[in-house]
Amino acid sequence: MDIFTKFKPLEAAFDQLISFTPHNPFGVTIQKTLSATVGIINGKETLLFGTNNYLGLSQSEEAKKAAAETALIFGVGTTGSRIANGSYSLHQALEHELAQFFNRRSCMVFSTGYQATLGMVSTLAGKDDYLFLDADCHASIYDGSRLSQAQIIRFRHNDPEDLRKRLRRVGDISGIKLIVVEGVYSMLGDIIPLKEFVEIKKEENAYLMIDEAHSFGVFGQHGRGIAERDNVEKNIDFTVGTFSKSLGTVGGYCVSDYPQMDQLRLCTRPYMFTASLPPEIIAATRENLKIIAARPELRETLKRNATQFYYALQQAGFKTGPDVSSVISIILDEIPQAVHFWNRVLELGAYINLSLPPATPDNRPLLRASIAAAHTEAQIDQLVKIYIQAAKDVEVTLN
Amino acid sequence: MAETVKEISKIIIQTLLENPKVPRNISPESKIIEDLEFDSLAVMNFVMEIEDKLDVSVPLDRLTDVRTIRDLADAIVSLK
Ligand SMILES: Cc1ncc(COP(=O)(O)O)c(C=O)c1O
Repeated sequence: MDIFTKFKPLEAAFDQLISFTPHNPFGVTIQKTLSATVGIINGKETLLFGTNNYLGLSQSEEAKKAAAETALIFGVGTTGSRIANGSYSLHQALEHELAQFFNRRSCMVFSTGYQATLGMVSTLAGKDDYLFLDADCHASIYDGSRLSQAQIIRFRHNDPEDLRKRLRRVGDISGIKLIVVEGVYSMLGDIIPLKEFVEIKKEENAYLMIDEAHSFGVFGQHGRGIAERDNVEKNIDFTVGTFSKSLGTVGGYCVSDYPQMDQLRLCTRPYMFTASLPPEIIAATRENLKIIAARPELRETLKRNATQFYYALQQAGFKTGPDVSSVISIILDEIPQAVHFWNRVLELGAYINLSLPPATPDNRPLLRASIAAAHTEAQIDQLVKIYIQAAKDVEVTLN
Repeated sequence: MAETVKEISKIIIQTLLENPKVPRNISPESKIIEDLEFDSLAVMNFVMEIEDKLDVSVPLDRLTDVRTIRDLADAIVSLK
């Protein structure tokens, strides 16, 4: 036995998977990006449907220019944490702009979206508290719950009644209850019935945190996410999210009206014990935030593209998730078939994501496409054709 | 109402056997991860089922010391 013995089952599973796939689904390399939607993979021009670049802003000219100019003035790194090594005025400006965008009192910016959820969940839930997590919440939320000292209760996915039952079962406790949900769930792209969750939160006197990672910039009249779309923002205690999807850069945030947010800077470990975002990333994010605010038509285009793709897949007989969002997945039954399908799609010229259990709901493999405002109607059409061809080639039965 | 470790172990085993993928020869000494080949998600899904069956809250952090079916039954008894 050695230190790696415990990884043997993983190694065996990976070797088995790799034995029948020409391309490693977890090792795709984008050699060059030609635009927000086309890149070079395996030396070949490939449609990019496997990113989370929902508004195409990773390639925004304004952001690129701002990043370059800012790097020339401020340099490329901060070399330390905001608490130990100081903030740049850029961090504060971005926090101020995000708080304004959300109409909230405070904003805390983190170095990644993962750290934002990790930090908020682990810090807000203390020893006597209970966390109630949706069964399909992202790994960062579960990791945050483990880092916290709270008791963790998991409820059935997108099922408000199940949450109510579990809240009541716990009954009166000395601590608080914090419910954590997402606006759009990242694997299947399904949307939370948020109004019902808000009712329960009020009835049961619990706090509510929502991760709008996949809904920020996509839903709501101003792009503030599902809480805005459902008109319940004032009932959300904490909103967390990421810069790495619709904002096209890297980083994360939490916005809230609680004045105590400032104290959290002094006790949130994933905020304190890591280097702050570099100046050029902050500059690029600020530019892209302006674009999200100024160009609602991007959301309209995205919605049109996603709707086109979703219904074309249903028409062709693929099994999809229940909702139209920027994440559109098809559900297959068997892992080998999903791996073959993914390979075939890549060979036919499109990069999508292969998601395997246990990272997927219901233990089923998914093929996940991220739809962007930057995709053209013709590119979406092309992807539908590729799916149909791949299904034929690897014998996926369509309904 | 089931209250003893023995009774609760029995209910856990019954519930597990409803899943056709679970080996037929399990006992209270069976290790949940190793013998039943459950991954972390399967364990959490199973805990949700047991919570409903026994009307008890089993916080996930209580599972860190649970290896066998009997350990799980012990944990549930202490929570009741
Ligand atoms: C729901 C959710 N929360 C948090 C994250 C973490 O964000 P990031 O990748 O920007 O660290 C992701 C995506 O990876 C996510 O899907």
